[in-house]
Amino acid sequence: MKHAKILFFAAYFIFIAVSLPLSFNPGREIGVNFYVFSSEMLKLLPCAFILIGLFEVWVKKESVEKHMGRDAGLKGHLWVILLASTTVGGLYVAFPVARSLYGKGARLEVIFTYLGAAAVCRIPMTIFEASFMGIGFTLVRFSVSLPLIVASSVLLGRYLEKRNYSLRAGA
Amino acid sequence: MYLLYVLTALALAVSFVFSREKTVKALKISVKKFINILPAFLLMIIIVSVILYLIPESLITAYLTGKSRYAALLFASFFGSVTLLPGFIAFPLCGILLKKGVSYMILAAFSTSLMMVGVLTFPVEKEYFGAKVTFLRNFISLIIALMTAFAIGIYFGEL
Repeated sequence: MKHAKILFFAAYFIFIAVSLPLSFNPGREIGVNFYVFSSEMLKLLPCAFILIGLFEVWVKKESVEKHMGRDAGLKGHLWVILLASTTVGGLYVAFPVARSLYGKGARLEVIFTYLGAAAVCRIPMTIFEASFMGIGFTLVRFSVSLPLIVASSVLLGRYLEKRNYSLRAGA
Repeated sequence: MYLLYVLTALALAVSFVFSREKTVKALKISVKKFINILPAFLLMIIIVSVILYLIPESLITAYLTGKSRYAALLFASFFGSVTLLPGFIAFPLCGILLKKGVSYMILAAFSTSLMMVGVLTFPVEKEYFGAKVTFLRNFISLIIALMTAFAIGIYFGEL
C-alpha cells in the first residue's frame, strides 16, 4: 500500500515534469493547478499547525471537557460555532483542529457541529458570498443549514457514542 | 491572511515568555502532526489538480444553464460535491451564473455542497476520523445542502 502510494506520487510528478518542456497542455494545466493549490495551503497550514501545537500544550483538558464535553449540553455547540466562524481556508484546516478538540475531551456531536459550521459560516467567506449573492441568500442559508447541522451532529454523535465508537489515537 | 500570521507570531511570543520548554514542546507537536498528515494532503492536492482540469468552470456553466430545474439541481450538487473551489473563485462564478439566469436554488445547491461536501478532501478527513464516519458525515452534509437549496428556492419564490 505504502509503495503503491509512493509510486503514484512519483508517476504524477514525472508526468508533470515531462509535460512542461513538451508543452503537453493537460499536463501543464494540471501542474498549474497543483502549484496554485499547494501554495494556497502552504500559506495557511504552518500557522494552523503551530496554533494547534500551542493549543495542545497550553489548554487544559478540564476546560475543554467543561465547555464542550458531556455535561456542556447545547452550549458546547454554540462555542464551536463561534470558533468555526473564525476558520480560514477550508475544511482541510478544520479537520486537525477538530481532532485536537476531541483529544482534549470535546464530545463527538460537538466535533461534528464544528466541522459543519466551519464549512458553512466562515466569516471571510460569508462576507464574500453576501456581496455576490445578496444578504438575503446568506441569511436564509445560515438559518436553515445551521440548525440542521446541529441536529444531525447530535444524532450522528450519539449514535456513534452508543456503538462505542472512538477516533483512533495519533493522527 | 496577514492577521493569521500576526496572530500566530503573537501567540508564539506570549507562549515563549511564559514557558520556553512548553513552546518548544508545542512546536515539536506541530511539526510531528504536520508531517504525519502531509502524504494525505499531497494526495488530496494531486486529485484536486486533476479534477479541476477535467471539470473546468466552463463545463460547470454549461451544465447549470439551460437545463430543466431538477436536472440542474442534480448537476449543481454533483459538481459542488466533487470539486473544491476556493471562495474567491466560487462566488464570482456564482455571480456570473446568476446573471446568466441560473436560479438562486441551483446556485445554493452548488455553493452549499461545495462548502459542506468534500469528496476530494476524503483522503485527509479519513486520516482523522476513519472512512466510515467520513462517508456518513459527507452523506448527511449532502442532504443538508439539498434541503438548504430548497429553502432558498422557496424564499426567492422559485418553487
